[in-house]
Amino acid sequence: MDGQVREMDEQIRRVLAEYGRIRADMATLDGSADLYRAGMTSHASVNVMIALEQVFDLEFPDYLLNKATFSSVAAIRAALLELTGEGRA
Amino acid sequence: MAGYPGAVLRVGADVVEIDEMAASVARLGDRYTKRLFTPDELGPPAGGGAPAREAVDLAERFAAKEAALKVLAPGERELDWRSIEVRRTNTGGWGLSLHGTAAALAQEAGIGHISLSVSHAAGLAMAVAVGWPGRPRGAAAAPGVDGTEGP
Repeated sequence: MDGQVREMDEQIRRVLAEYGRIRADMATLDGSADLYRAGMTSHASVNVMIALEQVFDLEFPDYLLNKATFSSVAAIRAALLELTGEGRA
Repeated sequence: MAGYPGAVLRVGADVVEIDEMAASVARLGDRYTKRLFTPDELGPPAGGGAPAREAVDLAERFAAKEAALKVLAPGERELDWRSIEVRRTNTGGWGLSLHGTAAALAQEAGIGHISLSVSHAAGLAMAVAVGWPGRPRGAAAAPGVDGTEGP
């Protein structure tokens, strides 16, 4: 994981810790862990989405507005990388 | 259900903490409310002379949207929260109108009507939605509306 992606990962985890209502330590939770199983409600996932939009200054497009996009740190990171263009080869 | 082979009743329910809704509005502001609710759902703007929607009202509406979402079962399909519009009926109950993808999902599932019941107590807002097989009323593929409310 390069520095830019690591920083994004940390920002995602901070947002999840603040808005996600996760019953686990977000600093150590596995990146592939299911956030809904870890306690994130549907309403909390909306808060996470809006908070991420504020932090990263972007808007999640309609095609990403589904449960899978916010199901794990890795899934959120993949969506953000796609939206910021960082995920392109 | 007779007349609609393969169609079944669908039920969805949801609860929302009213304090959590108030905190979301306070912390995330317009970006939050305008992403989830239509202008009609949000009511008159602040300063317009009429009171803005209170957290309990928004929590009830969000619970109703979630309950309806569970009836529609979009799976991996995207869904704009505003495409499930929750409104008061003339009789004081709650109802909803579906637009866009939500209306398409209802049509594909053979849901012609969604009944809604909404309530709140002890800091929680809750809603139950029941999707009934059938053709949507009227020309548009938007299920009809009815609802009950308490307390």
